[in-house]
Amino acid sequence: MKIPISYIWRSVWVRRLTTVLTLGGIALVVFVFAAVLMLAHGLEKTLVDTGSDGNVIVLRRSATTEVVSQIDRDAASIIKVQPEVALLPDGKPVASTEVYVIINLLKKESNDMGNISVRGISPEAMQLRQQVKLIDGRMFQPGTHEIIVGSSIAKRFQDCEIGKQLRFGGDLWTIVGIFTGEGSSFDSEVWGDVEQFMPAFGRPVFSSMTLRLRSANDFKTLKERIEGDPRTQYVELKHEKQYYQEQSQLMSDFIKGLGLIVTIIFSVGAIIGAMITMYAAVANRTVEIGTLRALGFRRRNVLGAFLIESILVSVFGGCAGIALASLMSFVNISTINWGTFSELAFGFALSPGIMLSSLIFSIVMGIVGGFLPAVRASRLNIVNALRAS
Amino acid sequence: MHVFKLILKNTLRHKLRSFLTIVGISIAVMAFGFMRTVITAWYAGVEASAVNRMVTRHSVSFIFPLPLSYRDQIARIPGVSQVSYANWFGGVYKDASDWKNFFPRIGIDPETYIDMYPEFLVTVDELAAFQKDRNACLIGAKLAQQLNFKVGDIIPIDGDIYPGKWEFVVRGIYHGKDKSTDETQMLFQWKYLDEQVKQRQPGREGQVGWYILKVQNPSDMSIVAKIVDDMFKNSLAATKTETEKEFQQSFVSMSSAIITSMKVISFVIIGIILLVLANTIVMSARERTREYAVLKALGFSAFHIIGLIGGESMLLACSGGALGLALLFPIARGFANVFPTFFPVFNVEIITIALSVATAVVSGIIAAVFPTINTLRTKTVDGLRAIG
Repeated sequence: MKIPISYIWRSVWVRRLTTVLTLGGIALVVFVFAAVLMLAHGLEKTLVDTGSDGNVIVLRRSATTEVVSQIDRDAASIIKVQPEVALLPDGKPVASTEVYVIINLLKKESNDMGNISVRGISPEAMQLRQQVKLIDGRMFQPGTHEIIVGSSIAKRFQDCEIGKQLRFGGDLWTIVGIFTGEGSSFDSEVWGDVEQFMPAFGRPVFSSMTLRLRSANDFKTLKERIEGDPRTQYVELKHEKQYYQEQSQLMSDFIKGLGLIVTIIFSVGAIIGAMITMYAAVANRTVEIGTLRALGFRRRNVLGAFLIESILVSVFGGCAGIALASLMSFVNISTINWGTFSELAFGFALSPGIMLSSLIFSIVMGIVGGFLPAVRASRLNIVNALRAS
Repeated sequence: MHVFKLILKNTLRHKLRSFLTIVGISIAVMAFGFMRTVITAWYAGVEASAVNRMVTRHSVSFIFPLPLSYRDQIARIPGVSQVSYANWFGGVYKDASDWKNFFPRIGIDPETYIDMYPEFLVTVDELAAFQKDRNACLIGAKLAQQLNFKVGDIIPIDGDIYPGKWEFVVRGIYHGKDKSTDETQMLFQWKYLDEQVKQRQPGREGQVGWYILKVQNPSDMSIVAKIVDDMFKNSLAATKTETEKEFQQSFVSMSSAIITSMKVISFVIIGIILLVLANTIVMSARERTREYAVLKALGFSAFHIIGLIGGESMLLACSGGALGLALLFPIARGFANVFPTFFPVFNVEIITIALSVATAVVSGIIAAVFPTINTLRTKTVDGLRAIG
């Protein structure tokens, strides 16, 4: 016969303050656990969303990022005219030769220097990256010193408004538009005409090149041909998605690694908290347990009842923690992306997977914390328990 | 005196509970100390910067180079006693996906750089050997330990900023003067880089990443910075000159969001310490409602009750804190040994110890507040009537 849930529920309720304290401990741990996973997930999402399916990025071999990559004009024009590259209605290839550098601007709130990525693009770049849309102003005019800035740059950096001018590369550049990349890392970039940026930054070569494939199956053929051609053998082709995935690797591994070490240590604290509570519960209710046993409940029923009690508390704690963590999705943070050494804005992103693993994590804490006390409760001798005061 | 004995007896009454509480607190204090150590490790570069050194870099960003010709112009400025220069090399050693293979590779001027950084200790012979060979390099002791480099080894690097294959021969291993010195760098001759670039990519030679200036009088720094920056204001590469401290600080502030989140986490740890401790104290006070009522009936003052509950709380908090601190040192040392180059400098600072102790003490006080108030508020009659 099982011990009714209502008994367990009332036992939890009687010791409200202790229950709340235990629950709070578990909630805090689950909060940190979920927040860390959300942060890593948010970062990955931002960078992975930056890549589009069917897009290929061309970098110099062994260059891990665009900052350090170089591609000369000859190679770029060879790659552009390959038959696998998709074409626009007017016959131009959907490919953008780009220059990618980093400049310093002052942040609005702290007056600190921040590193910003500046990307010089070809006119075809907008077709290439469909997620990028202008939200204010207009597109820059090719051949002029006009630029457009990403929405999160506009938000966080001084003088990044339409009509204002930025000074870099030995010249003044007028902001004529603000664009959004729908949460991708383009939000943290400044775009302008590549042919204007190259002389301004003293770059005779491009940094990278991105192109759209006619069909995704062509990737292997194109890659083999380009990388085998002696004129272009110094480059490497990568799926754009894969490239951005690699960019997020170091950072999200760091966040996850540090976060998991911290949560494991934390969870020991919370488990001990739960254990203390459950041991006290067992000690306080010795007579009750004796009565239950005398009424005919089995050892395993008592064990189950105390375990369920502990799991109940931890599930509530887990839910509270997840609820708390979900509030974090309103928080946006920006930090340096060590891959490119430039600012990157991203948020905490909650996913069903994270909710599930947080809940499982809290249940595990409840089981571990409640098991030993529950065993003690189930081992009590009936006669002695009834006699206890 | 008897009060202390009573506190001790009370604490030992539930041995298991007290033990668990102390273990819980000690783990949390240890975690707190560890987090603070990670935070201070981030600032190690800032702390280690010398008061008389300044850095001049390109005004737009440090990724843009400066011409070598600036060196002589800077050296002529009054107040500047020495100028050296360095260049970030980048590149990939073996497999880039393993962070263990990442270490800073910096091209330096072999004649002046080591003079500028007296905290890098190299034997005279090794320095001479380093200066003699064009493709020689110096390796930090921690880096040598992590990747098992020995004098005479050849380090192959795949260039990215400077494309192509590169090979450097280890000619010496430098040690730090004190614990705060970065021992994870690879320093090689800038001239080697320059000569190679001249052949591989003509037009990129004669460029350095940044200049290091030694000033005679630290109070002249702001004037020197202004003179240098004004001097190159209208040239192709305008400069930004700042103290070494500010230069290092700008790298730290790039990851300020991460540091902030670690600070937040360290405060959450305090919250957990508090919850574990408060739970135990609340529980004990509740069980002893009748005893405290008896004490009150016997004429013990509120002061005694505060002492009893607070004392027990403090005893638990302080033993937990002491145990946690005792655990912190071997753990921090173990981390530094397993990952010698993850943070160039990883030491438990005095401030970390002070903060950990303060955390334990403050938690001890706060945890006792609520149950104490509760006990004092309970009428003696009700207390005597209470059943555990």
